[in-house]
Amino acid sequence: MEIGLQKANSKGSYRGDRLFRRLALCCALTIPLLMIGIVFELVRNSRLSLAQFGFGFLTSKAWNPVTQDFGALSSMYGTAVSTLIAMLIALPLGFVIALFLVELAPPRLSAFFGSAIELLAAIPSIIYGMWGLFVFAPFMSNFVQPLLGKYLDFLPLFQGPPLGIGMLTAGIILAFMILPYISSVTRDVFQMVPPVVKESAYGIGATNWEVTKAVTMRYSLRGMVGAAFLALGRALGETMAVTFVIGNNHQIAASLFASGNSIASTLANEFTEASDPIYLSALVELGLVLFLITFVFQAAAQLWLWSIKKKLA
Amino acid sequence: MKLVVKSLKYRRLANRTVQVLSALSASVGLAMLLWILIVVFLRGFKAINLSFFTQLPMPPGMVGGGLANAIAGTLLITVLAALIGTPIGLMAGIYLAEFGKGRKLAAGIRFFTNIMIGVPSIIVGVFVYTLIVLPSKSFSTYAGAAALAIIMLPVVVRTTEDMLTMVPNSLREAGLSLGVPNWRVILGITFRAARSGLITGVLLAVARVSGETAPLLFTALNSPYWINSLHEPVANLTVTIFNYAMSPYADWKQQAWGASLLIMGGVLFLNIFARIAIKTKTRTR
Repeated sequence: MEIGLQKANSKGSYRGDRLFRRLALCCALTIPLLMIGIVFELVRNSRLSLAQFGFGFLTSKAWNPVTQDFGALSSMYGTAVSTLIAMLIALPLGFVIALFLVELAPPRLSAFFGSAIELLAAIPSIIYGMWGLFVFAPFMSNFVQPLLGKYLDFLPLFQGPPLGIGMLTAGIILAFMILPYISSVTRDVFQMVPPVVKESAYGIGATNWEVTKAVTMRYSLRGMVGAAFLALGRALGETMAVTFVIGNNHQIAASLFASGNSIASTLANEFTEASDPIYLSALVELGLVLFLITFVFQAAAQLWLWSIKKKLA
Repeated sequence: MKLVVKSLKYRRLANRTVQVLSALSASVGLAMLLWILIVVFLRGFKAINLSFFTQLPMPPGMVGGGLANAIAGTLLITVLAALIGTPIGLMAGIYLAEFGKGRKLAAGIRFFTNIMIGVPSIIVGVFVYTLIVLPSKSFSTYAGAAALAIIMLPVVVRTTEDMLTMVPNSLREAGLSLGVPNWRVILGITFRAARSGLITGVLLAVARVSGETAPLLFTALNSPYWINSLHEPVANLTVTIFNYAMSPYADWKQQAWGASLLIMGGVLFLNIFARIAIKTKTRTR
């Protein structure tokens, strides 16, 4: 090989090594620099709004570009509720799918379903948006919402006209977007359970489900929590799919059928329209809020998963 | 333990129930995938014809025209982003895998890389807007490419590190023992050993950013014209889908479906291609 012909131990090669190493370090440092840059830019460009609204920004329901009165509460509420719906659906579903892939399905079927779920994660979010707006929202308003309204209308959650577009639809679509993350991370965690432990449980005559409940799930509980956190971070910041179907209305309604907005959808819809400096500044501050929320959840997930790895190692 | 007390009949029933439930859940996931794929294919197929690929968009309300400029724009932005993001990402991955073992600095960078992967793409859009678009006073191709590159970067870093750490140390040692400088060992031996994995990683990262919309909304914006210069807003498929889908015109909505099919087809093709590439490679080894 040509590389073998290099002059060994010459001064030049040492210099080359040092240069290469420094170059690699510089490239690696771009990532923390970008993170710092993001925080810096977001704070710098939201200073108008920070100065004018202070902490009241977080507790104010107002969002009025005409009177220039802005508050993040309705957007934060929408982000929280849509994420909550998504998690409530996707968590059990994702765990059970992982269970199916690891414990119950025959290997061939498991590989097939596994790649199908991974493809679900690869579909761009704008496609979910298109499908959600033109196919899933009508489906919700024609079939699902009338049913919920008929049988569960004593709950304020399911009252109001079944428009299709709104918080519930956004939450369900989000659920299917984060489902692959939950199931694939959980699958990896399930596969880390030592077979010997499982076999010993099978050996004393436990059924499939009992082994899962008593061994696999107990063994991988911490990993499952990590998976949930990662998915949560995803759901909080998802933009396009939510923007298409949430209705983009700055209100806080008790009913899940009502339209609302999320931080990300507000940014997507209004950013290019914001002509006043204070309007733009308020939008950037919304972005800052979203960034900080996702940062906290992602950091928590990383530290959590890291501590597990340390414990297992 | 509790489970010993229960009757065999009950235990079998519980087992069966969970088995059926889990198979059902997996089928729901599969059904969703198929539902989306079929809808996009059927609706998108109607919009696709020759003029879709060769003509510029028509003014609002007029029938016909195509998205040739948006197709070119998406390709341009994605290629530019890959050109920026890939080398930096590869080098950063090299640092973490080859020089950063056991170092606190590397652990910190790794931590931020993982967090960066989870930063919402719209935030990156806002960041690039304030960093590039505001000072230059114009939406531009390079702002869009920069946003996509930033999203791509941490993904490339992590897969690069993963792939390089999988290369056995004996290969590196063999090279070093011949007196080959470390940097040539990394590029000539370690990289070559991890090649298929690295290619897959980069392809997956490209696939991921090529379907992104949120970071382009206020960086590249959109345009009904051909690309003139990198300093101007540029037409691209994903923002076009968003604009057309929200428009009141049936013909535009139709074209949005066509664009959706194109984007989805491209992204899924890249995904499947990348995965098959790595599978066949590992099998032949």
